[in-house]
Amino acid sequence: MDKLINDFSFGLFIWQIVIFVGLIFMLKKFAWKPILDAVNDREEGIKNALLSAENARKEMQNLQADNQRILQEARLERDNMLKDAREMKEKMVADAKSEAQVQGLKMIEQAKAAIESEKNAAMAELKLQVSTLSLSIAEKILKDELSNKEAQTKLVEKMLGDVKLN
Amino acid sequence: MVISNKPLRFIVATLVACLPLMSFANPEQDSVKVKTEVAHEVKTEEAHEGAHAEPTDVKSEIKEFINHHLLDSHSFTLNADKETGSHNGFSLPIILWDNGLQVFSSSKFHYGEETAEHNGNFYVLHHEKIYKTEADGALTEEHGHPTNVKPLDLSITKSVVGILFVAILMFFLFKGLAKSYTKNGGIASGAGRIFEPIVLYVRDEIAIPNIGEKNYKKYMSYLLTIFFFILFLNILGLTPLGFNITGNIAITASLALLTYLITTFSANKNYWAHIFWMPGVPTPMKFILAPIELLGTIIKPFSLMIRLYANILAGHVVLMSIIGLMFIFKSWIGSSLSFGLAFVLMILEILVAFLQAYIFTMLSALYFGAGNEEHHHEEAHH
Repeated sequence: MDKLINDFSFGLFIWQIVIFVGLIFMLKKFAWKPILDAVNDREEGIKNALLSAENARKEMQNLQADNQRILQEARLERDNMLKDAREMKEKMVADAKSEAQVQGLKMIEQAKAAIESEKNAAMAELKLQVSTLSLSIAEKILKDELSNKEAQTKLVEKMLGDVKLN
Repeated sequence: MVISNKPLRFIVATLVACLPLMSFANPEQDSVKVKTEVAHEVKTEEAHEGAHAEPTDVKSEIKEFINHHLLDSHSFTLNADKETGSHNGFSLPIILWDNGLQVFSSSKFHYGEETAEHNGNFYVLHHEKIYKTEADGALTEEHGHPTNVKPLDLSITKSVVGILFVAILMFFLFKGLAKSYTKNGGIASGAGRIFEPIVLYVRDEIAIPNIGEKNYKKYMSYLLTIFFFILFLNILGLTPLGFNITGNIAITASLALLTYLITTFSANKNYWAHIFWMPGVPTPMKFILAPIELLGTIIKPFSLMIRLYANILAGHVVLMSIIGLMFIFKSWIGSSLSFGLAFVLMILEILVAFLQAYIFTMLSALYFGAGNEEHHHEEAHH
C-alpha cells in the first residue's frame, strides 16, 4: 500500500484525466455519434427491407392463391357449363324424339282415317255406278227383248263383255 | 463472452509439463548464494553512499530492470548499455510547478545520473520521481524514502506520450470509420471497419443488457472510449516499446474515478433511495445498511482500479521475469524453455488485454445500469 501511494504520480493522473476527457468529447462529436447513427440507420434500413420483402412475399402468395382460386372457379364453371350443355343436348334430342314419335303417330292416324273415308267414298261411288249400270243394262235388255230375241242375247253377252273390260 | 477453454487448457498443460524441467533447471545455477550476497553488499553499499549504485549481477540487474520498467519514465529509452553508459532513445520535456512553471528537457538529468539545474533550482531524478535539492544533489532519506520537496510534476513522461499516441490514433481511426459511412453509403470501409463489430459488441452485449434500452445511449461515448482506450493501451504495453500504462495506478485510478463520477451524477433517485433508505427492510436495519451501501459505491470503482492495475502489472512482471530467466539460465534447455513459456504467456497476455478492457467496460456499464434502474418494490412494501 505504501509503495502504491508512493508510486502514484499526480502529474500523470492529471494528464490522463485531461487527455481522456478530451478524447471522450472529441470522439463523441467526430466518431461515436456518426458511427452509431450510421449503424442505426443501416440496421433500420435492413429491418425495413426485410419487412417489405416479407410483405411482398406474402402479397405474392396471396396473389398466387387468388390466381389458383380463380383458375379453380373457372374450371368448375367450365365443367358446369359443359355438363349443362350436355344435359340440354340430351334433353333436346329426347324431346325431339318423343315429339317426332307423337307427330308420326298422329300422321299415321290421320292417314288411316283418310284412307278409310276415301275407301268408303269409293265403295259408295262403286255401289252407285253398279246400280246405275245394272239399271241401264236392264233398261236396254228390256228394250231389245221387245224387238229381237237373238239380238237380245247377243247384246247381253256383249254388254257383259264390256262390263268385264270395265 | 464465451472463452474457449482449449487454449487455457493448453497453457495449463504446458505449465504443468514444464514444472519438473524447471526444478531440474534450478541446480544449474548454483551460484545463487554468492550472487545474493553480492546483491546484499551492493544494497548496503548503496545505503552507505546514499547514491544510486548500479547492481552488478545478472539477477539483481533484471530485478532492477523490471522495477524500472514498471515505473513511468521521464525519457523515452529504447535500450541502454550499462557498460558504456549509452542510451538509445530521446528526451522528453520536464514540466514542473515550482514557484512558476519550470520547463526543461529531461536530457539534463542524463537518465537520472546527474543533477539538473534550471533557473537556479536543482532537481534530482530518483526512482522516476523528481526532488528538489541543493546544488550538490544530495537526498536526505528517511525509512527508505527521500524527504526532499517534491514539486508538482506535470512532465510529458513516457506514459503521457503513450496516452497521447493512443488518443490520436483512436481519434483518427474512428473519425475515419465515421467518415467511411457517409462516403460508402452506410457500409464501413478502411482500417476502422475492423473495429465496427467491436463497437456493435459494446453496444449490443455490454451497454444494452446492463443499462437498458432506454438509457444506454448517453453512456455509449464513455463506454466505447474507455473500452478502446484500455484495449489499445494494454496492447501497446505488450509491444517492445516498453510502455506500462494501464499497469500504472494513476491511470486506472483516473479511469475508475470517471466511472464513479458518471455513476454518481447520472444516478436517479431510486439509486440514492437504495443507498440511504433501503426499502423493504426494518427501520433499524436501514441505519446499518446506509453506511455499508455508501461504502459499496466507493469500493466498486476502487475494485475496478485495482483489478486493471494488478492484472496488467502482474502480466508485465511475470512476462519480464520469464524473459529475464533466459539470461540467468544461459543454457540450452532453460533458455529455450523460458522462451516457450514467455511465448505462451504473451498469448495469454493478449487475451488478458482484451479481457480486462471488456471487464472494465462491462462493470462500468453495470454500475451505470444500477444507477438508472427503475425499481418496482410493490411486493416489498406490503
